[in-house]
This record gives sequence, structure tokens and C-alpha cells, in this order.
Amino acid sequence: MTRIDPDRPETVRPTPSQTVGPFYGHALPFPGGGDIAPLGHPDTVTLQGYVLDGAGDPLPDALLELWGADPQGRVPRTDGAMRRDPATGGFLGRNGVEFTGFGRVQTDANGHWYARTLRPGARGRSAPYLSVCVFARGLLHHLYTRIYLPGDEAALAADPLLSRVDPERRATLIAVEEHPAAYRFDIRLQGEGETVFLEYQ
Amino acid sequence: MTLTQRDIDQEIAAEHAAYDKRVADGAPREHHPRRDYAPYRSSTLRHPGQPLVAIDVSKDPELVELSSPAFGERDITEIDNDLTRQHTGEPIGERITVSGRLLDRDGRPVRGQLVEIWQANSAGRYAHRREQHDAPLDPNFTGVGRTLTDTEGRYSFTTVQPGPYPWRNHLNAWRPAHIHFSVFGAAFTQRLVTQMYFPNDPLFPYDPILQSVTDDAARQRLIATYDHDLSVPEFSLGYHWDIVLDGPHATWLEEGR
Ligand SMILES: [Fe+3]
Repeated sequence: MTRIDPDRPETVRPTPSQTVGPFYGHALPFPGGGDIAPLGHPDTVTLQGYVLDGAGDPLPDALLELWGADPQGRVPRTDGAMRRDPATGGFLGRNGVEFTGFGRVQTDANGHWYARTLRPGARGRSAPYLSVCVFARGLLHHLYTRIYLPGDEAALAADPLLSRVDPERRATLIAVEEHPAAYRFDIRLQGEGETVFLEYQ
Repeated sequence: MTLTQRDIDQEIAAEHAAYDKRVADGAPREHHPRRDYAPYRSSTLRHPGQPLVAIDVSKDPELVELSSPAFGERDITEIDNDLTRQHTGEPIGERITVSGRLLDRDGRPVRGQLVEIWQANSAGRYAHRREQHDAPLDPNFTGVGRTLTDTEGRYSFTTVQPGPYPWRNHLNAWRPAHIHFSVFGAAFTQRLVTQMYFPNDPLFPYDPILQSVTDDAARQRLIATYDHDLSVPEFSLGYHWDIVLDGPHATWLEEGR
């Protein structure tokens, strides 16, 4: 049942996913969750957008997690994204110096989110991207997508995922540059312009 | 036209029968809920209509999704896993100890990773402003905990038994008592958010969120086991719940740079 015996592989079966529901607010978000970039870092990029449902309405209760490499393409091994204060039990937040690569942001009442992180470097054969995990009430199982940044068209053209997805939907994976180093990325869960979501095998 | 429990019961039965038929016809067993599970009405406009695009991780060990964010001692305080000690007074309710192991699909322990939980209080009320249920708040209970797994993948929480609560999926909808869990694995592909339930809850058959797991054996894996050895004398009742992360992970441990 719920006691797993690793010596009996037939008992090692995945625990099913369940929705994050609407009431995770005290548990998952943390102050500075979207301020992933160390303060004043020259490779900082701003990302923002909306999360929308199949009727085009914004989700006021979505939670996004962002995970990405540093500008050299290295995977961060640094903890401390959600440093805690042993005296008060509250959050100290990031120290503004170290880069953990991990962010967590809620959409606001308008369905809008933002984050500031470092421009990811390329890894392997992929063009640079940030991995995104989407949670929300109504989503029984989270959804993965990627945020690719525009600019290097040759790298994007050679990316193993982008070169494989339906050309009509490819643009849903690439952020739009609105200002230098400031990008817009909307996530549409369903319907027209539906974001490409991924599964890993 | 308000949906009744009977309407939802019929939909749940139809989804279950459809799943059984798919499996009988040779389809693979499904460990996770389908995102378009209609009896859970909030899913209607929030699930993708297009198939997911599959990524074969074995083709590229450099994918950033094959690594996971790091958490450490700085990210928790010593009593974050004791939800009964976060306020000046004791919360109301039956104290429980919930403990288990975090494993990957190969049965290997996931060490030093973050486990976060949240739950309603013993009256079935969340300390959340948007929560409209009029059961009493408990000034000594926020219902939030976090911990890191140890070298054997073990986690442990002390809390109070959460109450069941009503919600507005349909008329007379009640959630069985549960604790929400959020866990990280060795790879971002193993990320899991789920809910742990308590044995023998009479609300199980009526709940479209639990029943969204249409595979009977998989659904049982969401239910903790009462474990008398985990019960603490004169203090708490013990529940054991092991978590197995799905999703591929890297077979190498550290990259060499
Ligand atoms: Fe809940």
C-alpha cells in the first residue's frame, strides 16, 4: 500500500499527482520568489506575462516555478533561495549575491506574473531556455514548458525541441522582447494559441 | 441547474468504467490523473487540448530539467517540520506524526531534498483569506511545514489531524481529510505536488479529486497507513506514507564541471 519496499520492485510505483488547489498561499510562495538574479548583475533579464485559461480569462491562482542555468550554461548547485530566519521562523529571503537558479511566483489577481533572473547560457545542443513548471487549482497534474529567449535565430533553429514542434505553435515557446532584456511570455493552458507543454520520457 | 452529488457520482463511475475498458483493451495503466477529468469542474478550462510534446531525456544528458534546484539547512528552521510549535499556544486537534521515505522510480532514496506540506486545521479550515468555509480558524495553527529528507530519504512531520471540508464543485461536495505535499527530486522532471489521505475515510467515493486517479491501485498509494510504531506514547498517532517520484532522472550523479 503506502509502505514501499525497494527490495520488491513491484511495490515501487509512482505516487499519483493531485492538484495544488487554491490554498497553498502560506506554504509555497516566498518573498523574493521571482527575484532570482543577484542584485545588479549585468546579465539580468526581466520576464513577465499572464497565465490564461481556455476562455482567455487570467488565472488569479496559478503558481509558476522557474529553473535555469547560469549565463555560462552551468547548473546552479547553490541552496538558499528561500532562506529562513531561525529567530522569527519567517523568511529572510535571498541574500542578493548568490544565484540559485530557482524561482517561484504566483500570478496576481490579474493573472500576471513576473520574475528577474539571469540570462541562461546554452547547454548541450539546446538553445538557451528556462524550464517552467505550472501549477494551479484545476490542474490535476502540473505542466512543463520552456521559455526560450529570442535573438540568436541560428541557435533557435538548431534547437532539438523547437525544430520538432508544429511550426504554427513554435512561437508559444519563445518569449517576446519588449525592451532590451525585458521579455513577455504568456501561458495559455487551452484553446487558441495554446502553449506547447512537454513531457519527459 | 446545480449539480448534485448523484450527478458527480455517475460521472465518476463512467470515467472509472472507461478506464477499466481501456486497460482491458490493452492500454497501459495510468499512474496519474488525466488533466481533463470532467467531474472535477475546475479542470474544464484549465487542461491543454493538444497532446504534450515528448522529450526523450536519454538523447541529451545536458538538459537542465535533469537537474534540480538545491535546498539546504538555510532554507528550513529546526522546527519547520513541527506544525504544532509555530505559535505561542497549542493548536486544537488530535496530534499526528506523519513519516515516510522519498524514493525515485528505481527505489533509491532521494536525499536532502525539500518536502513542503500544507493543510486545513482540525475543523477543516485553511488559514487563507480566500477560504470561505465558516468553520473556526485556530490562532495557533497556520498549517504549513517543510523539511529536508535525510540520507535515507526519510521525512517526518508533527501536526494535527486535518478536518474534512466543504467546497463548491457541486452541491454537498466535501473533501476527505488530506495533507497537501510538494516534493522535489534529483531532477526537475520528478517534481510532484500531491495529497495524502487518511485510511478508511467515508468520503473517498464522493471526491472527484481523489477519484481522478482512476486506477484503483494507484489511488490506494495516496492513502497513508496507520502505524502504531510511529505513534508517540502520550502524544500522537502515527501515519506512514512513502512517496515515489515518477519522471526520468539522470543516471549519472555529478557532472564533471
Ligand atoms: Fe486541501
